[in-house]
Amino acid sequence: MPDANLQVPIGPQHPALKEPTSFMLTLSGEKILKAGIRLGYNHRGIEKACEARTYIQDLYLVERICGICSHSHATAFAMAVEECAQLEVPKRANYIRSLVGELERVHSHLLWLGVAGHEVGFDTLLMYTWRDREVVMDLLALLTGNRVNYGINTIGGVRRDVSSEQKLKILEGVKVLEERTKYYITVATEEVTLAKRLSGVGTLSHDDAVRLGAVGPTARASDVPRDCRKDDPYAAYAEVPVNVITDNHNDVYGRTLVRCGELMECYRLIRQLVENLPEGPIAVKAPRKVPAAEAFVRYEAPRGEDVHYVKSNGTEKPERVKVRAPTLANVQAVAHMLKDGYLADLPIVVAAIDPCFSCTDRLIEVAGSARDGVMTWGQLRAYGIEWHRKRGVDFSSLNRNFRAGENR
Amino acid sequence: MDHSLAGVLFHILIFPGFLFLATIALFAEYVDRKLCARLQNRVGPPWFQPWADFIKLLAKEDLVPELVDRPMFAIAPLVALTSVVTALMYIPIWSPSALFAFKGDAIVVLYLLSIPTVAFFLGGWYSRSLFSMIGAARAITQLFAYEVPLVLSILAPALLADTWSLSELTKYYSANPAHMLFNVIGLAVGLLALLGKLERVPFDAPEAETEIVAGTLTEYSGKLLAIFRMAISVEMIVGASLLAAVFLPFGLNLGPAVGFGLYLVKVFAIVCLISLLRSVFARLRIDQMVSFCWQYVAPVAFIQLLIDLAVKGLMKGPVGP
Amino acid sequence: MTKAGKMLQEVLRSVGRRPATVRYPHVKVTMPADFRGKLAFDPAKCIGCKLCMRDCPAAAIEIVKVGDKKFEAHIDIAKCIACGQCVDSCPKEALRLTGDFELAQLSRGKLRIVVRPEPGPDPEPEKTEK
Repeated sequence: MPDANLQVPIGPQHPALKEPTSFMLTLSGEKILKAGIRLGYNHRGIEKACEARTYIQDLYLVERICGICSHSHATAFAMAVEECAQLEVPKRANYIRSLVGELERVHSHLLWLGVAGHEVGFDTLLMYTWRDREVVMDLLALLTGNRVNYGINTIGGVRRDVSSEQKLKILEGVKVLEERTKYYITVATEEVTLAKRLSGVGTLSHDDAVRLGAVGPTARASDVPRDCRKDDPYAAYAEVPVNVITDNHNDVYGRTLVRCGELMECYRLIRQLVENLPEGPIAVKAPRKVPAAEAFVRYEAPRGEDVHYVKSNGTEKPERVKVRAPTLANVQAVAHMLKDGYLADLPIVVAAIDPCFSCTDRLIEVAGSARDGVMTWGQLRAYGIEWHRKRGVDFSSLNRNFRAGENR
Repeated sequence: MDHSLAGVLFHILIFPGFLFLATIALFAEYVDRKLCARLQNRVGPPWFQPWADFIKLLAKEDLVPELVDRPMFAIAPLVALTSVVTALMYIPIWSPSALFAFKGDAIVVLYLLSIPTVAFFLGGWYSRSLFSMIGAARAITQLFAYEVPLVLSILAPALLADTWSLSELTKYYSANPAHMLFNVIGLAVGLLALLGKLERVPFDAPEAETEIVAGTLTEYSGKLLAIFRMAISVEMIVGASLLAAVFLPFGLNLGPAVGFGLYLVKVFAIVCLISLLRSVFARLRIDQMVSFCWQYVAPVAFIQLLIDLAVKGLMKGPVGP
Repeated sequence: MTKAGKMLQEVLRSVGRRPATVRYPHVKVTMPADFRGKLAFDPAKCIGCKLCMRDCPAAAIEIVKVGDKKFEAHIDIAKCIACGQCVDSCPKEALRLTGDFELAQLSRGKLRIVVRPEPGPDPEPEKTEK
């Protein structure tokens, strides 16, 4: 090789990445000189699909943008539509939404602890945290009827109520989880091999975090106290205030501490929400046709600030839905963090922002690029088939008829 | 120790050669995986899993990438396997004498045990894939870190026993069992160095799954992968046998049956220790591993050497100038 | 204060304990009472308003008229996401979600269930292709 620097592609398929992303690294030995990031491998056209479905159907679609931030997306969307329709959501519904949101945060952070352990080769931590994650998944199955994709929201409130029996089970489950989390905090802080892998890695100074627009635990570990639950309280957070957990280590170790601290804070919030659950209805009737309006909602997902924008036009279907997931804000910081780091640190640095590329991939139109007009679905399919045929791909071995221009 | 041609062939191919080693190695792999699983509160694989894996790999197609240097690619696993099998011939198993012993065979065993690492390096380098080349480079870097402590830790008991032959060494310690206690630190050092040689957590940077896919083994598949994996398992047994022979040489002169039984106990105890260490540590980065070995492990190995020198001097002292 | 092998005690204790793994399918797992599983339809209660079809996010249910005030439901289990919106939308409570989640089949055809109106309120689709 004439060039002394290696160009290593990490991704789109790589054991370190849970979802496809492309990191094109320029390596000199084990040191990363430059990291180029390409997104878009998970783009599914959700925003466009939302425009073709009614608000009620969109609620379930938006929930499935991501498996582990699903409640965040559903609640943010529901809040945006409720704002457009000027609905007042009853208190009990808000409390239940926050309760499920905090349980989801517990679920997400326990999963993250396991994934972080796996990325540094500490499989034991993975197995133990994921075993304990089953407790919170069972709680969520009890409350909402499913272990992921809870479907508890509806436009105007929630669909299921919480009985006193379920409240007791929640408190029991939280007690068990709190004990286990305390143990994991001691492991994360005292285990010497973990400390060596997590400290001094993926540094992001306070100023860089603010400049690059980092959100969530990534920013809070660099002492940027940004938390939507405090800055812009929604659902029950105005009455049940949240302590924002920050740390000033500025590295992956700091992010671990922030997430562990947030876990403990979640248990406190869950207890408060369960004990102070107000009486009342769980939903208000929502109109099918939402009057023309725009709404912009911010929600604190486990990964950071999740932004939903909904524009309604008086019909049953929204005019425009836009989702900005927290990982999109954090991924700029990743390129910065990877520079001058080691190749061996790439998995943990990427895992430390808790990436969820399913949430992230949306269509971005670059200003100034040429556009040849708009294709229909059938035309796009025919174009793709012709493109591959020109390059010698033989479709005859496939078990279907591929006729150019055929509409599905 | 029958030295006729049939006897030699029997020893090399069947017992304690290839067949015996293959069986014990696959069983040790089962013990390792099952224990690791139980330590992680999981169920773990059934007893026949390593055999099933081996047979499955043998039956699969060997996909050799185009740019690869075929001869080196194919020879590397064979070289790794044959060198570790050969190394066992010089290690005492059921009696204080090994199958084939001569003056200086400890050094030969150490060299034979470092050949698999070189084979990993060559196999990974000639795979021409980015990930395997990085893994190969890491394997060789790691060799520089653990080899010195390993050699020193073997050197210390050999110094005390005044011989470079493993068989003479075990004979000496069988005659003076109390002297084994001077080498306890050496056992700890040897165990850590063995972890590095076997590329196990915390020293498994050369085949870090989440960073470089599979390191050296990335492009290997089918029969060649089966042979490489067998070489790795056998290396674990041979390394454990070496440690057992040098640091735990008790009970060898109680007859072949008892000696052999004790040998199995010692080897599996070391395998269990390796599994335990695998479950409680995270993976160290290659630079952290190298600095750890040179800052802590090598000095401790030196201390063991000094202890043995001191003991030897004290023993010889009253005898005369 | 860092130490090596912090998890050692916990890990050694696990050897004596039963594994946390559930040996499914030899051991059955029970789900809580309101778990959202397979959809069940009661033809006797259906009035053919088709609100369920309108609100289904996955277009998994189709109500077809087969007689005077008699309707049958074509449910595609493969498309159904078990969200339960149809259950909420139905004004006559003709739909409910059972707790049955073991829905895998070897052929796609078996996942399309037709629930026909039969005499007698039998909500379980026993007389359908399974």
